[in-house]
Amino acid sequence: MSPVLGKPVNRVDGPDKVTGTGRYTGDIVLPGLAHAMIVRSAVANGRVLSIDTSLAEAAGGVLGIMTHENTPKVAAQPKLVPSLAGQPAPGESFFPMQDDQVHYWGQPVAVVVAETLEDAAYAAALLDVTYEPGVPVATIEDGRNAAYEAKMIFGGLMPARDERGDVDSALADAEVKLDLTYHYAANHHNPIEPAVTTAQWDGDRLTLYDSTMGVRATQLTVAQLLGMPLSDVRVITHFVGGAFGSKAMVWPHVTLAAMAARFVGRPVRLALTRAQSFTSMGLREEQEQRMRVAARRDGQVTGIKHEKLSVTSPFDDWAEPATGSSSQVYGPENYLGTHHLIRGNTMTPTFTRAPGESFGSFTLECTMDALAYELGMDPVELRIMNHPPVDPHGNAWSSDGLADCLRSGADRFGWAERDMTPGTRRDGNWLIGTGVAAAGYPVAFFMPVQHARARIFHDGSVIIQTSTQEFGTGVATAMSQVAADGLGVDMDVVRFELGDTDLPNTTSAVGSMGATMVSSAVHNAATTLRNDLIALAVNDDASPLHGLSPSSVRVGDGRMTSTLDPSISESYADALQRNRLLDMEALGSWTPPPFDTPHGLLTFGAQFAEVAVDKDLGLVRVRRMLGVFAPGRVLNPKLARSQLMGGMLWGMQQAIHEGNRIDRQSGRWALNSLGEYLVAVHADVPEIEADFVEVEDDVVGPLGVKGVGEVGQVGAAAAVANAVFHATGHRFTELPLTPELVMSGLPG
Amino acid sequence: MAINQSTAAAVNSVRGPASEPVNLTVNGSGHAIELEPRVSLLDALREHLDLTGTKKGCDQGTCGACTVWMDGRRVLSCLTMAYSCEGHEVTTIEGVAQDGELHPMQQAFVDHDAFQCGFCTPGQIMSAIALLREGNAGTDEEIAEHMSGNLCRCAAYPNIHAAIREVRDADDGGR
Repeated sequence: MSPVLGKPVNRVDGPDKVTGTGRYTGDIVLPGLAHAMIVRSAVANGRVLSIDTSLAEAAGGVLGIMTHENTPKVAAQPKLVPSLAGQPAPGESFFPMQDDQVHYWGQPVAVVVAETLEDAAYAAALLDVTYEPGVPVATIEDGRNAAYEAKMIFGGLMPARDERGDVDSALADAEVKLDLTYHYAANHHNPIEPAVTTAQWDGDRLTLYDSTMGVRATQLTVAQLLGMPLSDVRVITHFVGGAFGSKAMVWPHVTLAAMAARFVGRPVRLALTRAQSFTSMGLREEQEQRMRVAARRDGQVTGIKHEKLSVTSPFDDWAEPATGSSSQVYGPENYLGTHHLIRGNTMTPTFTRAPGESFGSFTLECTMDALAYELGMDPVELRIMNHPPVDPHGNAWSSDGLADCLRSGADRFGWAERDMTPGTRRDGNWLIGTGVAAAGYPVAFFMPVQHARARIFHDGSVIIQTSTQEFGTGVATAMSQVAADGLGVDMDVVRFELGDTDLPNTTSAVGSMGATMVSSAVHNAATTLRNDLIALAVNDDASPLHGLSPSSVRVGDGRMTSTLDPSISESYADALQRNRLLDMEALGSWTPPPFDTPHGLLTFGAQFAEVAVDKDLGLVRVRRMLGVFAPGRVLNPKLARSQLMGGMLWGMQQAIHEGNRIDRQSGRWALNSLGEYLVAVHADVPEIEADFVEVEDDVVGPLGVKGVGEVGQVGAAAAVANAVFHATGHRFTELPLTPELVMSGLPG
Repeated sequence: MAINQSTAAAVNSVRGPASEPVNLTVNGSGHAIELEPRVSLLDALREHLDLTGTKKGCDQGTCGACTVWMDGRRVLSCLTMAYSCEGHEVTTIEGVAQDGELHPMQQAFVDHDAFQCGFCTPGQIMSAIALLREGNAGTDEEIAEHMSGNLCRCAAYPNIHAAIREVRDADDGGR
């Protein structure tokens, strides 16, 4: 392994990002570009009676107005399947403007296309839409009595029920029992770049510039909706301004942009407004989770019953899978996890960073904290003693590291000095507390075969190509390192091309699988090309390496060298030029292990937090966070730390800031802007550190890379809430921990 | 963050609602373009001058991604009407690097990995440089407080703070 792998090099696209020259989707300008604006339903349930377009038509600059009366019918509505599976991946099994029915507030009812953005926005405001409103069912309270147990969730990919042993007997016989119910407000992704699509037709061929986590998913979905061959749909994205799951699926606005461009015969850009982002890209659903735990006095957990209840759309049985952590991290002998759903007037919820495991682990890790207090045991030790060496099927973890993460974190955090008694530390008016939580995030092999291409020119420079997307992970940098390592060249001769369906296929970079699957395909492409180059040299009479066994040739610095005699050497460039080859290329493929591969598959970590709670105002301030993670091989620790730290801060803001609620009368979201929906700002950020525990993993791909995009968030909110308990002595079971909520639990 | 309210150059006549000539000075260059009065500085930069480094994150003054300088002061270009910028010097992220060399703040952002997706980054950098000029970067608390108008959903905040501290503490104080 060359020194470039694992080195904390700067981002190769950093200069593009700090100078403003990197082109995001909304920055692409095409000749004759027109602008589209979506008009959203003002009711959450009912039907459109009429749409008077006369004022809008007369407003000037308007090129066309699409409503349910003139929007083309879709060729075929694909069913929702998570984009990682490599199939068409609509965010919901529904396409708007096909009839007059309104299913959720904010559903598109019209699209106005105009010469300029101002014309489009103004005309959209002049559309006169009348509705026959129905009574919305949009919250858990509205639909509790109509809840049903789902059979399959996650677009049919996962069973909604996970059961083993006899949990009810375990609870009945338990020496110690806990029963806690948690309530979680909905979360919205809110990347700073609202989604945008620009569509351009050339005859029957369509080019889409789309802000997406999966160009192939966009291609597959739009082609099916419009009844087009895949070869006629090209999707391009160069830089994506954040996603967090909101751009993991293909939402209706993408295809509406293509329809609008055809409708007016011009290239069309359709950009969502910030307010529209709250109703157009899915969300993390409002949910209630109940957890019952059975344990022995010595701390051994003998049973867990974990039930989730949430609201889904009229179209899909969607639930974040909340029970993965509670089933596996402590693997109790008796277990039941279920997902109950309410069909309501909402769009289909979707992946939101650390889907399922963020709230699911909050439930588990706060309950484990409560158990530690019930038993008078140290919360770190309770976790370590309950973490098994195998998954619930008895399969050893592909790699573990949880105990090391907890111990190393405890050591660095100063956990040993902690007085477990709640409410004992003070700093002036502030109550001080510390908390811990474990993290586990699944490694999911849903994806099809992954491809990348490596190409070397006869001057020794290299291009690596795959269709993947850059939305902040630093994929171009890490994959340049992987390619340089595999091919034996300097990183600075490698250019990584991405974001285009015309390139070899990799699947949507979602579910923390991007680094694993793209690095595996790139590694295989680079090493295949390396082997081809070595074969070229050892079979070439004119090469100094002629006649050597390929296994006795090593590569580095763009040269092939005999391992027996370092003076026998030639560069790739010389070998190519002598053979009159302008370039050479190789396709690398990676076939993931089967989904049911006999290994426990989680990425582990440990979270620690220190909080201060204002005893009079109920304000929670996070002072310190430490996360220690075991994500296998780390390709670039600088990038990985950034992503993990971002995830931890997502956990922090999920604990104390983020949450949206639906107004039950109207079915509308209460918060629709970044002025109302709180996210962390500079002033909220604590002293924070993310670090690694080294584990080797030979299951998850040739390089042993597990992802870091989501595990950083898992457990972080629970560590904060457990610290709030330690500070105040009150166990809050609701998120976010708003000042009014915290005040309600404070004495006096 | 203050919004420049100066209208001295724009009140000489009533213009619009159709497009009217406007003279904008951006990054030291004059631009004579035609705009309607309802066009924001942000849209004028992005849609009319192809200066797309300035980003639209919310279009309602809550995220800071569109931060530019007017006469050296940071303003939100989404809440600034383009007409009102006549007679003022506008600087965008494209005007920060000189002669192909990154500004020390830009280099510090790269070195400290002070961004991930990069979408809020032009606004963060425009605020960060202005912060030093304003004298609001003396302590970590000042940096955190006076940068809080610029949201970063990737939450690269700690690395942004490190970049600002490095430039503040450099010999030339960030040029």
